[in-house]
Amino acid sequence: MIQECKTSKAISGMGHSMKRKEDARFIQGKGHYVDDIKLDGMLYMDIVRSPYAYAKIKSIKTEKALATPGVIAVVTGRDLEKYNLHWMPTLMSDTQMVLPTDTVMYQAQEVAAVIASSRYAAADGVEAVEVEYEVMKPVMDPYKSTDPSSPVLRTDKKGKKDNKIWHWEVGDKEKTDKLFETAEVTVKQEIYVPRIHVASIETCGCVADYDKVNNYLTMYMTTQAPHAIRTVIALVAGHVGLTEEKIRVVSPDIGGGFGGKVPVYPGYVIAIAVSFLVGKPIKWIEDRSENLQADSFARDYHITAEMAGTKAGKIQGIRFKVLADHGYTDASANPSKFPAGMFSICTGSYDYDTAFVEADAVYTNKPPGGVAYRCSFRVTEAVQGIERITDRFAQTIGMDPAAFRFKNFIKKEQFPWKSPTGWSYDSGDYQLALHKAMDVIGYDDLRKEQVEKRKKGEIMGIGICSFTEVVGAGPSKDFDILGIKMFDSAEIRVHPTGKALARFGTKSQGQGHETTYAQIIAEELGIPAENIQVEEGDTDTAPYGLGTYASRSTPTAGAAAAVAARKLRDKARKIAAYLLEVSEADLEWEPGKFSVKGAPEKSKTIQEIVFAAYTNHPPGMEAGFEATHYYDPPNLTFPFGSYICVVDIDKETCEIKVRRFVAIDDCGNIINPMIVQGQVHGGLTQGIAPAMYEELIYDEEGNILNGTFMDYLVPTAVESPHWETGHTITPCPHHPIGAKGVGESPTVGAPPAIANAIVDALLPYGITNIDIPITPYKVWKALKEKGVVKAI
Amino acid sequence: MEKEITVTLNGEEKTLTVEPRLLLVHLIRENLNQTGTHIGCDTSNCGACTVLLDGKSVKSCTILAVQANGKKITTVEGLATAEGLHPLQEGFKENHALHCGFCTPGMMMRAVELLEKNPNPTEEEIRWGISGNLCRCTGYNNIVLAVQYAGAKMRGEKLPSTEPIFV
Repeated sequence: MIQECKTSKAISGMGHSMKRKEDARFIQGKGHYVDDIKLDGMLYMDIVRSPYAYAKIKSIKTEKALATPGVIAVVTGRDLEKYNLHWMPTLMSDTQMVLPTDTVMYQAQEVAAVIASSRYAAADGVEAVEVEYEVMKPVMDPYKSTDPSSPVLRTDKKGKKDNKIWHWEVGDKEKTDKLFETAEVTVKQEIYVPRIHVASIETCGCVADYDKVNNYLTMYMTTQAPHAIRTVIALVAGHVGLTEEKIRVVSPDIGGGFGGKVPVYPGYVIAIAVSFLVGKPIKWIEDRSENLQADSFARDYHITAEMAGTKAGKIQGIRFKVLADHGYTDASANPSKFPAGMFSICTGSYDYDTAFVEADAVYTNKPPGGVAYRCSFRVTEAVQGIERITDRFAQTIGMDPAAFRFKNFIKKEQFPWKSPTGWSYDSGDYQLALHKAMDVIGYDDLRKEQVEKRKKGEIMGIGICSFTEVVGAGPSKDFDILGIKMFDSAEIRVHPTGKALARFGTKSQGQGHETTYAQIIAEELGIPAENIQVEEGDTDTAPYGLGTYASRSTPTAGAAAAVAARKLRDKARKIAAYLLEVSEADLEWEPGKFSVKGAPEKSKTIQEIVFAAYTNHPPGMEAGFEATHYYDPPNLTFPFGSYICVVDIDKETCEIKVRRFVAIDDCGNIINPMIVQGQVHGGLTQGIAPAMYEELIYDEEGNILNGTFMDYLVPTAVESPHWETGHTITPCPHHPIGAKGVGESPTVGAPPAIANAIVDALLPYGITNIDIPITPYKVWKALKEKGVVKAI
Repeated sequence: MEKEITVTLNGEEKTLTVEPRLLLVHLIRENLNQTGTHIGCDTSNCGACTVLLDGKSVKSCTILAVQANGKKITTVEGLATAEGLHPLQEGFKENHALHCGFCTPGMMMRAVELLEKNPNPTEEEIRWGISGNLCRCTGYNNIVLAVQYAGAKMRGEKLPSTEPIFV
């Protein structure tokens, strides 16, 4: 038994591995994604993109494009400027061009849009648009971006004299600097967390459908946060009459989001503008290359990590400095008070009281972004930093990395634990998770095997990562996006026959909300999960919420579902008391019915009670059986886990083989073990991706060198190891159902485990760091430098 | 310039006039309105558009519609029969082998041919067999289980347990 179940399989509340309700349509080709939408009179949009990273636009000639069969219009920045729609805000209150009027700032930036009667005609039109550029030398190196010799990129910002975006810091600088002056041991490591892309298999797109007669916009789009987008559209387009009650955003089935479908991309805005002007539906669907080259990137943090401690292996403090390359604009989607997201979780799973963390963000001529790719706002970067420097420290003092972690873990009884950067960790049992991972993988035997292998000159490594996440943003006192507090919502309507419809402010992109939310309500009300229909993604029907990212759905909307269901259970108790003619205190609840204490034969099922709410409700009570709750979490949640990876490296080819990978996750109480495990599998593959394969690479001229799936290496089933997964359960003390969220833990935890394993393998050769993605070529180069392998 | 073609889509014969440059995937999705076949890339790497052409799995974004003239196309919509779901459809659902569902149709169509050629594949054979299809969500473990489950069902053997091994 993975988790004890309080409900029967027929009810399938928490802990049941219920098969997913949403699968029926997906396995039969009846999923409904944005590109499947076809409306009467719909036109197609395709986008002309810049071949240069930094250039002045001298002219845009549209005559040939307009003469192309099927082409109806070509839209440029000058056209949008007439309506003041050529600029838009980012979610970080920076600004971004929708279409440029003068200058392009990164390769693949939108330059013009072609509207045509078909997809093919639109593409023909794009080919025929003639743009003359005056090419300039781009700023590509973030370290050089702030040199006085570099041009100021954001000349659109009045008075801007450099390429700095923001500086952020937390912790006690003086105390930390003092510690580093006096500590017995200090280690320092430069760690680059490379620029990568979410690369969901579905790209981004929309159908903007403006109804001129009724002045009403329906926007079907790939968005993880439909309500927030509706508000943003109203803020951007209110001046042309599109006010919020006239906007409906529909997020249909989404083919993977991972944070990449949170931002507003220029394509969406152009489609809306064109639909508004021509009064016809406009479909825009990106190609994969456009998606990889122009849509928001993730990571791109240059970290200088330092750790101070004793020779005996006690960590005393850390000092982290970050240079964040945001490209042309800060298009992250962080809570507004957290420009570096939750990077300050970089103090990790260890007990010490001294830390100073700072970050500087800069502009370059790369595509904009900084999205939270399957990660609660920069937690991946933080965990890469702390878990790599932890290993470096252990290696420096010659201590086993597992023993070193055990010596420094925050202990179970120390929770709630106040971190030196200000977080209040809610709960944890780090020792248990690492012990379990070591038992499952057979850690001691592996270390013995490694000793034998090393004697034979074979290369084998074992890597550990014991991460702590911070997710579920978040409490309204600290967390908002564009001022909107980061609560989330649930609305439950139970029909007279006892079947329910539940709607949420979040939006699944594959996480299985239609099943898990139903299970939460089933747990609380005893109505079978099978009989609870879950809906999300339509702003006309769903209650307001900030959407699904940062592992926030279960911590916020999941909690809202439980609280709303409890409101209904309270009402059910009143109705049951009335029906059974006893006082409420004489009733006891078991999932699905109230019965009279001491007389269990006298009972009313939840279905009977609901029916009475519509047919025979107590005098003075409001009829019906509906509840809504907007849940404002009292704290964030802190999922954690311990991962262990074993690698073998071929000395000739330097090929790296992940032999085994054990992941033990603790996400608090488990709603559906099958889905939790599935989330872990998927996140692990998205963890090995940046660890060994993926990185967006640019040359000095600003050209992307791997902007298609031909050369951006998304792992296939062959690169992805056979994952071994397990769990511990430390319930969240402040969440109504004790859950914490899980989707992102594996993406966060896997890269350092893999990197630590590879570096552990190479330690005998004096190699102490290789930045991810660690490829055979990088290993070969490192071994060559140490004279272990010879140049060919 | 347009050309008349006749294809049999999921058992139904269709005659249409198409541009010679029209991709098979667009014929299926736009002209024949079967949207279960998806598009995930523009370089024939992702396999989301995989269909069967005369029983052979192909990436329908690399084939012109005119090349399918006179041929039989099977898409995900043609997998289930009057008797019920195809064993692969059942296997994917029972083993939680899909999250967002976008790669799923292509992945299953590829697995149809895989199981036809190798009715009892090992894990490694399955992994190589589906290596032309990308999934960003599942991490592939459960897709392997789904294909094994379908194989067992098609061979008429006892079905493997679908309880997650989550120690």
